[in-house]
Amino acid sequence: MNVFFSQEVPLSWYLLLSAVLFSLGVVGFLIKRNLITVFMSIELMLNGVNLSFVTFAHQWHAVKGQIFVFFVMMVAAAEAAVGLAIIIAVFRARATLAVDRIDRMKL
Amino acid sequence: MHLLFFIVFAGFCLAGAINLLLQSHPINSALSLIVVMVSLAVLYLLLGAEFLAIAQVIVYAGAIMVLFTFVIMLLNASREERTLGSRAALRVGFPSVVAILAIIATVILHTQGLGVARLSDGITSTEELSKVLFTDLLLPFEVTSVLILIAILGAVAMAGHDEKDLHRNSERTGEK
Repeated sequence: MNVFFSQEVPLSWYLLLSAVLFSLGVVGFLIKRNLITVFMSIELMLNGVNLSFVTFAHQWHAVKGQIFVFFVMMVAAAEAAVGLAIIIAVFRARATLAVDRIDRMKL
Repeated sequence: MHLLFFIVFAGFCLAGAINLLLQSHPINSALSLIVVMVSLAVLYLLLGAEFLAIAQVIVYAGAIMVLFTFVIMLLNASREERTLGSRAALRVGFPSVVAILAIIATVILHTQGLGVARLSDGITSTEELSKVLFTDLLLPFEVTSVLILIAILGAVAMAGHDEKDLHRNSERTGEK
């Protein structure tokens, strides 16, 4: 029981968690059949990568690693805005969100 | 205490991520993604990144997920139909995911010199972060603001209904 109140956690556990989150994002990207959920899986992958950036920033006591995460967040916000706009445009043209039926680049 | 916090919130993280994959309704997936993001914010705090923890809650769990929820409600997204997916995903995708995860895990577990995280490590203050951001990295920061401006314009141009489009649509359906 005492081990649960341990004061330290190896950083490799954080890195493993980030790798697992990234892989779950990839699996979601492959198995989900809804355009919006596929997009959410990409956000999950970005979050997994961010966690490993923060872990390495902690390891090397480097502030720039955290600033990189900040930039990733800003780019992710811009990406979400544009991506969801594209999803709305696709839905307007096709009236469906199933990725199996959105298989042409032409509208 | 740190280990306890880590186990609880890493568990929330993994549970949310797996739930995202299992749910068939997009709104349930969105809610489990919020769980993942908030638990990640706590993990950032454990690693001493206070500013990022707050930014994670505000930007990711707040702004981005609200956008997702709005779009799900706007498009009235229903349950997804399960199909087998493409054969390429089955034959190439899943084996590569397993291989990548195995490689990364092996590398991480064999890396020497990775430290430990303690609660007493001290946090990177926002002041420290902003000093670097606004002196060394001022140019990238300003460029990002241009990027966001372009993204806003792109989103409006993409999603906005322009008059011509509306006219064409009403002509096609035969109603005025």
